[in-house]
Amino acid sequence: MYRYDEFDHAFVRQRANQFKGQVARRLSGELTEDEFKPLRLMNGLYLQLHAYMLRVTIPYGTMSSRQLRQLAIIGRKYDKGYGHFTTRQNIQFNWPKLEDVPQILEDLAAVEMHAIQSSGNCIRNVTSDHYAGAIATEVSDPRIHSEVIRQWSSLHPEFSFLPRKFKFAVTGDATDRAAVKFHDIGIIIKKNDAGEVGGEILVGGGMGRTPMIGKTIRDFVPERDLLAYVEAILRVYNLYGRRDNKYKARIKILVHERGIEEIREKVEAEFAQIQGSSLTVPQEELDRIAAYFADPDFEAFDAEALEAINRELEVRKFENRDFAAWMKTNVKPHKQAGYAIADITLKGIGETAGDITSDQMDVVADLTEQFSLDEMRASHEQNLILPHVKQADLFELWSALNSHGLGTPNSGLITDMIVCPGMDYCALATARSIPIGQEISRRFADLERQYDIGGMKIKMSGCINACGHHHAGHIGILGVDRRGEEVYQITLGGSGDETASVGARVGPAFTADEVVDAIETIVNTYLDLRESPEETFLSAYRRVGLDPFKEKLYAAA
Amino acid sequence: MSAKIVTAYHLRDGDAVFLREDTSWSKDVAEAAVVETAEAEAALLETGQADVTRNIVLDVYAVDVEIVDGTPKPTKFRELLRCLGPSNRTDLGKQAA
Ligand code: SF4
Repeated sequence: MYRYDEFDHAFVRQRANQFKGQVARRLSGELTEDEFKPLRLMNGLYLQLHAYMLRVTIPYGTMSSRQLRQLAIIGRKYDKGYGHFTTRQNIQFNWPKLEDVPQILEDLAAVEMHAIQSSGNCIRNVTSDHYAGAIATEVSDPRIHSEVIRQWSSLHPEFSFLPRKFKFAVTGDATDRAAVKFHDIGIIIKKNDAGEVGGEILVGGGMGRTPMIGKTIRDFVPERDLLAYVEAILRVYNLYGRRDNKYKARIKILVHERGIEEIREKVEAEFAQIQGSSLTVPQEELDRIAAYFADPDFEAFDAEALEAINRELEVRKFENRDFAAWMKTNVKPHKQAGYAIADITLKGIGETAGDITSDQMDVVADLTEQFSLDEMRASHEQNLILPHVKQADLFELWSALNSHGLGTPNSGLITDMIVCPGMDYCALATARSIPIGQEISRRFADLERQYDIGGMKIKMSGCINACGHHHAGHIGILGVDRRGEEVYQITLGGSGDETASVGARVGPAFTADEVVDAIETIVNTYLDLRESPEETFLSAYRRVGLDPFKEKLYAAA
Repeated sequence: MSAKIVTAYHLRDGDAVFLREDTSWSKDVAEAAVVETAEAEAALLETGQADVTRNIVLDVYAVDVEIVDGTPKPTKFRELLRCLGPSNRTDLGKQAA
């Protein structure tokens, strides 16, 4: 895992200290709210519906047990005993007091964490594949370049006041779990025909009120030039991006209005100027960073040992149906024989998606240390992952998770939804999303039914900002305010994977009382029309389109 | 004009607060001063605004209410939630008190 160097340490402590002074001056009245607001936002501190909210960044979602334990302490000491994992692989605390925030930032700094660039018109926390470094099909660990970008973008003077916020996602696998096509810049790490590592660069993707799929601007940039290339994009954006209209300021609008060809031309011209400059990352530096993400000390198992482990697992599964269910959905193959990836979905039936108590954080931290070579991940789907678990430890791990309400066997199933905080917390919301998510979860709680429905991604946002990625949901739900009433628009056919698509609106919105029935109608329609149980909801939708769903949903109207 | 109250955020803890008759702030909407004329609303807002200058609260604004059982109840859902707390966690926020 990446460890802060001297520069990072000094910088993060200095920022915490600086903010302490700013808070003191705000409380004494030396700073007005107008003066203070940009400062607090630069430190991840928002004012929400009921209280301040502190958003802590987790670079590319990777954390150690020590860091998670510190988050547990912060949740307990300064909040109300819990935190909320977001779709940017960050964690939010919902109830901190202003005067406590400087101390929280100091406590975070002590474990190499901070809340910088989690807000404002700058380059935000770089997100990545939550299975990075563990999944067998990966070309190269995407966290290496995520970290290069993190270092380059941290407080970059030229890019601290962009026309709008700017989001990067990096994947190192052809199967996209990081929604790279929905980011301002998405990078797919791959190899060229000569076997060199580099990246395909996509630009102009995004969610929000104008969802767009990113377009490939260059199919392959060698890894030493990746930074120069993305800097060239940022420069072009900084120069031509619209600052006159907040809603047209994202790079996706620039790419859309000017066309990818013109943007490519400008970026290539800029790149030609800076290629080979100080932005070319020297191989030694790439190697130095890569060393942090080198494989941990995996134990080697011979064929006989592996067979014995598998036999034992089969017996356990036979004896314990709950364990078998968890194995079926929450455990993924690892690149190292004898190891597995374990998903901890923060989606207990009827619970708030992404919420985790401090006590549960402690449990996960202990299990991370005990079973996952001290590494865990937060995914953009609001789940946690233990990436390096010995198969032989899976039963013990599951038993511990299960006894703390963390063993829900639903990874990738219909109850594993993304749900943004919505109006229960968020000051920008137009409707609540959490209670709708809870009701859907309860409605589809039956595991056999979930298996029957198969892979399904429901994603829900409480306003047009789309933090809940509803555009990329197989079923997307957007809560809006219709003359003082919370109503819900449904979109179908969105996808955030390598086949990315934006969901299409099915028709008029549903009231809070109707929307869960509508979801059930959609699911039942799919079950009726699919060609076989192997045809997923997304495939079926792509085959038949909106009409059959529309007919069923609005037949009675 | 519909009945109104004046609300703000408490600077130190970010809590939703409501202006009382006596110009102090309460965390309980039931204690809020209710006004029914534009002049009274302007006066109440001015009182609240003075506490922005004094760095006690921020974001002062008026909220439409109806009177239910003698107490003001915001007509907008968002404002009602601010008076209660998150609806998924009835153990938290003002509703828990
Ligand atoms: S989508 Fe809207 S309601 Fe949901 S967290 Fe984002 S800003 Fe808030």
